Amino acid sequence: MNVRPAQFLAALAVSLSLVGCNKSPSSAAGGGSDVIKVGEYASLTGKEAAFGQSSHEGTALAVDDLNAAGGVLGKKIQLITEDDQSQAGQPATDVRKLISDDGVVAVLGEVASSRSLEAAPICQENHIPMISPSSTNPRVTEVGDYIFRVCFIDPFQGTVMANFATKTLKLKTAAVLTDVTSDYSMGLAKFFKESFTADGGKIVAEQTYSGGDKDFSAQLTAIKAANPDGIFIPGYYTEVGLIAIQARQLGINLPLFGGDGWESSSLVSIGGAALEGTYFSTHFTPEDTNAVVQAFVKKFQAKYNQTPDAMAALGYDSLMILADAMKRAGTTDGDKVRDALAATKDFPGITGNITIDAERNASKPAVILEIKNGKYHYLQTIAP
Amino acid sequence: MIFNRPKSLLLAAIALCFVVSLFENHIQSYWLYVSYDIAVNIILAVSLNLINGYTGQFSLGHAGFMAVGGYTAAVISNQFSGSNPVLAAAIFLAALIAGGLLAAAGGLLVGLPTLRLRGDYLAIVTLGFGEIIRVIIQNMDAIGGARGYSVIHGWTNFFWAFGIAAVTIYVVVALVHSTYGRGFIAVHDDEIAASAVGINPTKYKVTAFVIGAFFAGIAGGLYAHSKQYLTPDGFGFMKSIEIVVMVILGGMGNTPGVVLAAILLTLLPEGLRTLGDVEHVPGISAEYPLGWIANTRMIIYSLLLIVLMLTRPQGLFTRQSARKNPKIA
Repeated sequence: MNVRPAQFLAALAVSLSLVGCNKSPSSAAGGGSDVIKVGEYASLTGKEAAFGQSSHEGTALAVDDLNAAGGVLGKKIQLITEDDQSQAGQPATDVRKLISDDGVVAVLGEVASSRSLEAAPICQENHIPMISPSSTNPRVTEVGDYIFRVCFIDPFQGTVMANFATKTLKLKTAAVLTDVTSDYSMGLAKFFKESFTADGGKIVAEQTYSGGDKDFSAQLTAIKAANPDGIFIPGYYTEVGLIAIQARQLGINLPLFGGDGWESSSLVSIGGAALEGTYFSTHFTPEDTNAVVQAFVKKFQAKYNQTPDAMAALGYDSLMILADAMKRAGTTDGDKVRDALAATKDFPGITGNITIDAERNASKPAVILEIKNGKYHYLQTIAP
Repeated sequence: MIFNRPKSLLLAAIALCFVVSLFENHIQSYWLYVSYDIAVNIILAVSLNLINGYTGQFSLGHAGFMAVGGYTAAVISNQFSGSNPVLAAAIFLAALIAGGLLAAAGGLLVGLPTLRLRGDYLAIVTLGFGEIIRVIIQNMDAIGGARGYSVIHGWTNFFWAFGIAAVTIYVVVALVHSTYGRGFIAVHDDEIAASAVGINPTKYKVTAFVIGAFFAGIAGGLYAHSKQYLTPDGFGFMKSIEIVVMVILGGMGNTPGVVLAAILLTLLPEGLRTLGDVEHVPGISAEYPLGWIANTRMIIYSLLLIVLMLTRPQGLFTRQSARKNPKIA
């Protein structure tokens, strides 16, 4: 190719300046036609695909339900979904497309906090309300007053488990075993310790491990020596399963309990019988006898032929709470929907009665599950 | 080579970018930001082409240099909170250059001890370097660790993005054209013969690495100020591979080809995505008849790469076998 660099530069500049001029901005703000356009960015492929797919299935079911009931404000909901491939850099592009190209009136997403944090400033800047179904990191909603979530945040879970330990398990002393490589684990441990001490309990041992560790006998021996009434393990299911096995081998038959990082079908296959009589907190259980929940579980099973998990329930709630706000606002205008969202009080969601607090986080109950005979059993609901 | 014309055309290109940037508000924001992605990818691909194409090394660590530059520029610009546009522009430029320099220092650091290695061995070392950078950032709490780091200012615009892309192309092309620059190609063609005529291959390799890393760092700074959010995950191995694919698809050592490949590979997934939004196609009654294209775009994209590599192994935009003998554009 015998192009002179200079000619080439000029040609490049001209051709690129034409990029982007080929489409005029969509002037209709989604409400102009007979549908309400709602955008969703989700990790449908890539490493968090399992979570992203679940959440998306829940949201898609909510679209069916809303449209079957006549839609919102007399219009059908149209969900426009963009896959961000679980990749950093993609959510920003996806959300810009949804807002400027498709002209959506609100945005739903994402599961992972880091990707919600990438898209949130763009929604804030464009005054488009964004609802994250399941990003639990407190910083997500701190981006601005157009950013909401329908899940509880990490500090709340730590407090819930402390209450559960003192009130239900009647523990006087506890040990904490934290994953130091995880922000999530450190946060949970911190808030658990604060509340447990405030409730009159005493932390007698604090041990740490790194995600990926296989041997926990040193930490567990130290915990055994301190003789606590129970052990709080705010980690993820892979390590939790191994910790449970090794604890039982060392003759530690104390109650073990943790947070929603435990929730995975792999937990029981790793830990097996060692997990009998352990507890964890999460967002949702299909065993909940509440009629709203049972109706949701039935519809979900009919559509996807599987039992919904917490992500699906949160995905469903994220759109339902948006539809509720639009109905109350009587419009799809971003500012008014934002105000209505902020005023949400006791909305009967699948994951409990949701109230949006001053920090735009969902204030709602957590569910505590017990592991019995290798299955999760609903134990109790703890309100905030 | 007449040096005056390219220089004045470079200035003309930059001026054109400036004029276009004045009309940014009239361009749809989605396409505008896709165009920033294009500029960032052009800078990355052209600078990697200096290492992988012209000098014949195989680096898989370009995303690591990009991360160093991106985070450095972001940390510097986040200290600034005024509204004076001239001062903001000066700080942006300084932040970009500082990011580039730190990335170049990283290039030197990894280059000096390892560039005596060749081929596959070098590829593995640079791959390791990129991963080390990512893991270090993941564990640095001051810049957000694994959670990510917010960048306050969205300063990247058409002028900065494409102005710098033009400068990068100019520098790389002019360098390879220069007397000094012939050394890169000599090292590429035959290291032993090159050292026999008095060229120090290690010196040339390190130089290529440092210059390549500098521009990758600047690209990182532009990326940081366009996305306004950085996570270590975004600078992983896959990002490096993406840049390598642009270089190979464009043709090793073929700058115009690499630039076109960078544009094509950035536009393709986005273009396929928008096809799905076409509501009606004449002759087909179904609504959104092209929706399947949008849903399978990543498969189409991957298939296209395979087909292109099978049919045009010498590079999409190369007329002759340029891998053997890099042609100066």
